[in-house]
Amino acid sequence: MQAVPSRISLEGIVKTFGGFRANDDVSIHVAEGSIHAILGENGAGKSTLMNIIYGLYQPDAGRILSRGREVKISNPRQAMALGIGMVHQHFKQVDTMTVTENVVLGLPGRPVLNLAQDRKRIIDLAQELGFDIDPDQPMWSLPIGMQQRVEILKLLYRQADLLILDEPTSVLTPSEIKPFFNLLSRLRSSGRTIVLITHKLDEVMEMADRVTVMRLGRVVANIEASETNSRELARLMVGRDVIFDVTRTPPRIGSPVLEVADLVATDERGLSALNGLSLTVKAGEIVGIAGVDGNGQRELAETIAGLRKASAGTVKICGQVADRLNPAERKRRLRMGFVPEDRQKVGLDLDSDIAFNMVLRSFRLPPFSRHGWVDFAKIKTHAKQLAERYDVRMRGVGQRARDLSGGNQQKIILAREMEDEPELLIVSQPTKGLDVGAIDFVQRTLLAQRDRGTGILYISTELEELLMVADRLAVIFNGRIVGELPVSEATPERLGLLMTGKAA
Amino acid sequence: MFDFLLDPAQLTDFLSTGLRLSIPLIFAAMGGLVCERSGVFNIALEGQILFGAFGAAVGAYFLGTPTGGLGFALLFGALSGLLLAVLGITLRVNQIVIGIAVILFSTGFTSFMSRVLFPGSGNSLKLQGFGPVAIPYLSDIPVLGPVLFSQDALVYVALLTVVAVYLVLFKTRIGLSIRAIGENPSAADSAGVPVFRLRYACVIAGSTLASLGGAYLVLTQVFLFSDNMSAGKGFIALAAIVLGRWQPQLAFLACLLFGFFDAFQLRLQFNHPEIPFQVFAALPYGVSILALVGLMGQAHPPAAVGRPYDREMR
Ligand SMILES: Nc1ncnc2c1ncn2[C@@H]1O[C@H](COP(=O)(O)OP(=O)(O)OP(=O)(O)O)[C@@H](O)[C@H]1O
Ligand SMILES: [Mg+2]
Repeated sequence: MQAVPSRISLEGIVKTFGGFRANDDVSIHVAEGSIHAILGENGAGKSTLMNIIYGLYQPDAGRILSRGREVKISNPRQAMALGIGMVHQHFKQVDTMTVTENVVLGLPGRPVLNLAQDRKRIIDLAQELGFDIDPDQPMWSLPIGMQQRVEILKLLYRQADLLILDEPTSVLTPSEIKPFFNLLSRLRSSGRTIVLITHKLDEVMEMADRVTVMRLGRVVANIEASETNSRELARLMVGRDVIFDVTRTPPRIGSPVLEVADLVATDERGLSALNGLSLTVKAGEIVGIAGVDGNGQRELAETIAGLRKASAGTVKICGQVADRLNPAERKRRLRMGFVPEDRQKVGLDLDSDIAFNMVLRSFRLPPFSRHGWVDFAKIKTHAKQLAERYDVRMRGVGQRARDLSGGNQQKIILAREMEDEPELLIVSQPTKGLDVGAIDFVQRTLLAQRDRGTGILYISTELEELLMVADRLAVIFNGRIVGELPVSEATPERLGLLMTGKAA
Repeated sequence: MFDFLLDPAQLTDFLSTGLRLSIPLIFAAMGGLVCERSGVFNIALEGQILFGAFGAAVGAYFLGTPTGGLGFALLFGALSGLLLAVLGITLRVNQIVIGIAVILFSTGFTSFMSRVLFPGSGNSLKLQGFGPVAIPYLSDIPVLGPVLFSQDALVYVALLTVVAVYLVLFKTRIGLSIRAIGENPSAADSAGVPVFRLRYACVIAGSTLASLGGAYLVLTQVFLFSDNMSAGKGFIALAAIVLGRWQPQLAFLACLLFGFFDAFQLRLQFNHPEIPFQVFAALPYGVSILALVGLMGQAHPPAAVGRPYDREMR
């Protein structure tokens, strides 16, 4: 049936976690030398399946064939011996070690290290790949896009010829994506096979030869990319038609809920990140912050939320000066909500259960707590209601937040932050890593919140998204707002010029 | 109080006492450091010193040679390490709890068995031990010669251990892997490091090293076994690891610091019989507390220490 021989084949893979079927009779054939995309909603079981190929998880049933030969992959070492390499959704690196040490780690070789020699070989390979990597930097100090390039280099250093990339583009800025795709094309022409997981349908249409769509742990389609389109893929993924354009009513704008004046702040390394930024958000509108990543977006969100100290300027929330208040006070007294960019580190307590995460901020207050006693039953019913309303896919509210898929973690934060009916809501990259269905859901929720009268500051590097939900756009460049315009007047060209600081 | 430092004979005496008192600490600290670097807490060092001491007494008594004692000490140390590894790595029991359990078990087991095995318990034994080995020429250097080059064999072993631990951890492939599994086992696993096997190896090797501290006490210092003779040295070694920020060379210096303080307080005890000796005996512990307080917030243990690795947990 297949003209090209299969590089890796999965047949009838089943994987359960405590009774929950994350993979249910999954069969996939990945052709040698192809780019094979795997699509699926958050929690569909994509990462689980990849971890099985890489030997991190053991399947409960099913067979794996590498180049037609049945293999048992008990650990990553065996996967590596079969030429399989994987870049994980959340990178697996030793932060305290240097790039060189991370690349060398786990490789067989002479017992005594010769890092100088490896370092040279790494520099050569990086040059060949067109990566600008300093092999002596500790891993933690690298920007995330760079960390990804190190991960890819690591695989190629081990001469992997089957590369599994789990959501590689969700950590890249728009400008990094094109070179990344060029790299994938080059790797494919050099005979390597690539399994690519992504939520972005246009990326699939652009890059993939073949597509597998998963839903609820099962394979629902295996098709040639040339024989399908984004619309069909979206429907297969979610199981219903996804209407990409959300309907919007004209905003009913009220008084200012956020007034930022001449804000100055620095980043972790002490470099200036905000240079006298001013901005106003009024009740009932969504103001989108557009800009190339790294122009002060994260610092702006954190300074408004009270997580970062401004060295000059003021932040007024609902007409009150907030500068001296900590994040909890801003949330409670000034009715601010905050959906941070890094949901795993800042937004959730991963080792606590879902119910607790839903009341992370309010469990000490009535009605969840009375006279110093926490009412767990109340917290539980509250969490159940919220989970239902926000369509959190889970086994129960007693499950740990860590075990949820990325999209569902995001829904918990949204549910919690919107539950208190904030006057001001700051959302930072709220759709990173979410599937189309979940993105749709998040956007609808935000619009409903706006119609209720909340002022929303929506920070994103995805222009299309901003154009879809925002009423007004402010372009950030070099820590300053360099232009504001209503969405109706915003075209990608005009925004592009503003975002690169070329027009005022 | 410090005038003895000016007299060569007294100085030599003081320095070699200090070094000798440091040796059990050095063995235990290096052992504990290897375990912790691989991500496993080993607070059972105290018990493992005791096991080592007991093993040494058993071996030396029944086989009649110090080498036999050494062999049994290593065996007991390795077994205690295996126990720790099975419970802490495979069965994922809380590593602090295991440590306490091993300490309690070692105390009970060794004092009971010493009554069963030795005539009139262990403290009337006169065991065969190791004698000092003078290194030709070097031992003739004034002051430092006798201190460093006319010592018992196990002293040289201890000093070599420090060098070896340093070289293995920082210059070899396996050392890189050990440091990685202590920081982020999941990353190391994904890079192809056999996390479980390597942790087992580190815990068994580390525990064996700790037991050498006990063997040293029996085979070169007292030549008998007495109940609870580890006397808190395992805990001081734990403090030395923290004080040395998980670096073997610094932990070694910390052990010397504690050892010399011990020698100093012995001297004070001897010279001031009017003051209760407990006051002085508490000195090294006081120093360790002060040193640790001074270091508060600065020392970072290996990030994954104490947390059992589970591949399928995310
Ligand atoms: N180690 C684990 N323990 C318990 N449950 C798990 C574990 N790993 C995954 N799951 C569950 O299995 C399901 C599939 O998860 P998986 O990470 O494979 O989804 P995914 O398709 O990669 O989603 P996303 O797009 O959000 O990354 C989820 O419901 C998740 O909660
Ligand atoms: Mg995933």
